[in-house]
Amino acid sequence: MTLNVLAVDDSKTMRDMVSFTLKGAGYSVVEAEDGQHALSSLDGKTIDLVITDINMPNLDGIGLIKALREKPEFRSTPILILTTESNDEKKAEGRQAGATGWIVKPFEPEKLLKVVQKVCG
Amino acid sequence: MHEFEEFKGTFFAECAELLVDVESQLSALRDGSEDPEVLHAIFRAVHSIKAGAGALKFDLLAKFSHGFEAMLDKMRDGKIVVTLDVIDILYRASDVLSDMVDAAESKTDLAQDYGSEVIVEINDLAGVSASAITVKPSSGESSNSVDEVTPKTAIKYNISFSPKLELFLHANEPLLLVRELKSLGEVIIEADLSRLPAFMDMDAEGAYIDWKFEVVTDAGEEAVREVFEFVEDDCELSITFEAMEENSSVSEDAAQADVTEQVQQSNSGQPEKEPTKTAKISSIRVDLDRLDRLVNMVGELVITQSMLTQQTDEIPIEKMPNMARGLEELAFHTRELQESVMAIRMQPVKSVFARMPRLVRDLASKLNKNVNLVTIGENTEVDKTVVEEISDPINHMIRNSVDHGLESTEDRIAAGKPEEGTITLSAEHRAGRIIISISDDGAGINRERVHSLALKNGLISENSKLSNEEIDNLIFAPGFSTADKVTDVSGRGVGMDVVRRNIQALGGRITIQSNPGKGSRFIMTLPLTLAVMDGMIVVSGNGKYVIPIPNILESLRPEKEALKRLPNGQEMVRIRGEYIPLAFLHRAFQLTGAETDPAKALVVLAESEEHGKIGIVVDQLIGQQQVVIKSLESNYQPVTGISAATILGNGMVAPILDVEALYMLSITESHLDSLSFEQSAPDIQPQLAAAKTSTTTSPPHETSTGSSQ
Amino acid sequence: MRIESAPETAEPPQNLSVAAEAGFLQKFVTFAVGTEEYAVDIMKVREIQAWSEVTVLPNQPGYMRGVLNLRGIIVPIFDLRCRFGQGNTEATQLHVVVIIAVEERIVGVLVDKVSDILTVENQDIRPVPNIEDREDSRYILGLVTAEDRMVALLDTGNLFSSEILEEGISAGENASP
Repeated sequence: MTLNVLAVDDSKTMRDMVSFTLKGAGYSVVEAEDGQHALSSLDGKTIDLVITDINMPNLDGIGLIKALREKPEFRSTPILILTTESNDEKKAEGRQAGATGWIVKPFEPEKLLKVVQKVCG
Repeated sequence: MHEFEEFKGTFFAECAELLVDVESQLSALRDGSEDPEVLHAIFRAVHSIKAGAGALKFDLLAKFSHGFEAMLDKMRDGKIVVTLDVIDILYRASDVLSDMVDAAESKTDLAQDYGSEVIVEINDLAGVSASAITVKPSSGESSNSVDEVTPKTAIKYNISFSPKLELFLHANEPLLLVRELKSLGEVIIEADLSRLPAFMDMDAEGAYIDWKFEVVTDAGEEAVREVFEFVEDDCELSITFEAMEENSSVSEDAAQADVTEQVQQSNSGQPEKEPTKTAKISSIRVDLDRLDRLVNMVGELVITQSMLTQQTDEIPIEKMPNMARGLEELAFHTRELQESVMAIRMQPVKSVFARMPRLVRDLASKLNKNVNLVTIGENTEVDKTVVEEISDPINHMIRNSVDHGLESTEDRIAAGKPEEGTITLSAEHRAGRIIISISDDGAGINRERVHSLALKNGLISENSKLSNEEIDNLIFAPGFSTADKVTDVSGRGVGMDVVRRNIQALGGRITIQSNPGKGSRFIMTLPLTLAVMDGMIVVSGNGKYVIPIPNILESLRPEKEALKRLPNGQEMVRIRGEYIPLAFLHRAFQLTGAETDPAKALVVLAESEEHGKIGIVVDQLIGQQQVVIKSLESNYQPVTGISAATILGNGMVAPILDVEALYMLSITESHLDSLSFEQSAPDIQPQLAAAKTSTTTSPPHETSTGSSQ
Repeated sequence: MRIESAPETAEPPQNLSVAAEAGFLQKFVTFAVGTEEYAVDIMKVREIQAWSEVTVLPNQPGYMRGVLNLRGIIVPIFDLRCRFGQGNTEATQLHVVVIIAVEERIVGVLVDKVSDILTVENQDIRPVPNIEDREDSRYILGLVTAEDRMVALLDTGNLFSSEILEEGISAGENASP
């Protein structure tokens, strides 16, 4: 059973790295470059995990998380935020918006996978 | 790490795009764009470069962009104002960034201190000390300074874990936590079902089960804690440990080391510990609710302390000298505590001032005027309750200045003035209040027009002689508006009278000064806080009341000869040649048992903003104290004549008088008509006439009084 | 002096539903004014206090006694007897003030005494018959028999809503000499 991950980041490099790491571990990845694109890319797909950056144009990470949590199908979906180190503010903000956990950028691939496993099982 | 090598190409391509974007955003900034999106876009670009640089181990680039990003973060939060100098730094920083990207791409080495001058400037702006920025390229592993003694000792951890509802709302799963614990070692799990309700009463999404785990592992406490790192705030968690019997002596030491490390770790609160922490935290984020609760608690402390003092007032000092001294000290410390707590809530007015440049630009362009806004004293601090309230009035006054104060460009040139009009917005502290002034170098108030308009609208009478200042301040009279010059820019139905009334409701005042041909100046003063106030406790009949100290001029017991009654029934008192109307508290509030003869009672001479002087007749004065303002409206309703209430030392509620409204309640109708120039304040007439037609509501002070218990 | 709660009727402890309206069983606090007995949903009752001195405010509605300091919050106190048009209560320390939550406000109601806590099944609540010419029938949600007494369930929302308060205040203002 392949798990579907939605990876949202406005930096192509970041998207590529996240995608690559997750695909290498057997996940299936859908990419989006900002919150708005993320929402429009959903169209009925089952998403098992969302990984999103915070700072993005159009709809930022916080806005995306809030929007997702309003959807019944995303109420219990793990959502991870990509945050930079020593930014407790953003972690708290993300948490408040409904995020499940966080990954600190830049990240080691193993760490990313470890956190994904932590919240997805 | 090899895996990410192939992304270098993508990264450099992205950098190229981002740097071009930064360039165009900087142009916009230089051209004076006020669009917040510009700063956000630059921030995001640098942010992305930083993230990629970190992942791909371009250390120099990562470090520089980290500092650059920090500065941009502050800029977009408004903490650093965008000036030409700052824009210059931005340009140079982006050049350095560009050079570093090139160097990384071409694999050439730059000097380690490349761009250091720019770095210093950036750090100065961002308020970060240079040595503090250490970017850890790999932030994956926690630096385990724990378990230095015997890393491989198995320790049993007793964990009690009670998830709260929030935990589930964040899509965290206790089951996954248990699995994670299991990956560390052996786990014995115990579920506590005592909170589990009957099935019928269960909320499918409720959190009812508490857990106890016993984990035996040699992975160290850090690893155990890390399992719960995301859910710390959404559960009750306690982790204790005990050494295992087999390695008793050895593990005792380990336990000791663990204890000290545990203390350190829990202090830093993060699984990832930086060997050199970023710049020492000089500020801390506090939940606003907590702060409000703290302010309330200190307020209650003040009340209790004054209650204690009151109780012992009866006891002669000689009997308990130490207690008296102790109470004095208590009063002193309580006051200090209150001042400190109130100081925590102080915020600079910058957050309000920062929105004004844009407002001015918009207005100016709509009106085809050239306007420059200068702000002074934006770091002046005021209680957060006041900050929220000044935005509207400042908005209005600036609109007024741009629209009515400043002349059209042609007129200015004709008058020999520079084409660009200047508006100065300033804030400063004076005499325990905050003074905010908005001045313009426009034409000043057209006194003839104001006078004739006021005459036309019946605000003044034909033969009233008003000073220039009085004419100027007519613009605050209700019903006054330069209606023939309605632009959609200012005064959309909100006249200056509403602005003034709102400011007065906060305990402030607003006036205007004008210099014809040269300009005009709005001056608004406000108390530094809306939560506490200095009040004079007075007694009338059976009740105690509070009169705000800022309204009080003096108090006296008038001589019988000084009392005079007008034919219409209005009673007056003559003080130093002035005739001042009397307001009887017991009449206004229908109290019994009060002293009705002013010559036997006390008259508190108070001044109201709009109506001038009034003598409030009370039985006696109790004393002056700082009172915490409590709302009547939360559970009851507004009351005319009363702005709010407070709780005295004896636990009783004392209404705080609204001097403005009291005036209206006390002055008889016929007196309003017949006010003659015996009144020392000739300008009263227009305001009284206006006040007659306006409704008297007493907007009380709104404070959060804490949740109901 | 503060009385936390009147003694409970003998009931085995059970976890009852929090959603009082939808639940099958409801608990009520009953109190007396003269010979009449009234009850309020227990979930709305915050606490029960002995009568203590209140501060009179100008232009109060006729049935309001004044305001009280409830641990830092200012709460209006209403005389239930007076609210039902039966004159003022001569309040003494033996009288009781029931602090209840009405919408977002906290108010206090002066009554003669608090009786006990009734547990009532929804089906046992009977509608108010219009036979009796009760002054208070507009404010009663239903009637319940407890042992041999008839207890009227009060509609506190209606009794002390903001509109009613405003009416009361303007009546108070107009009544001033």
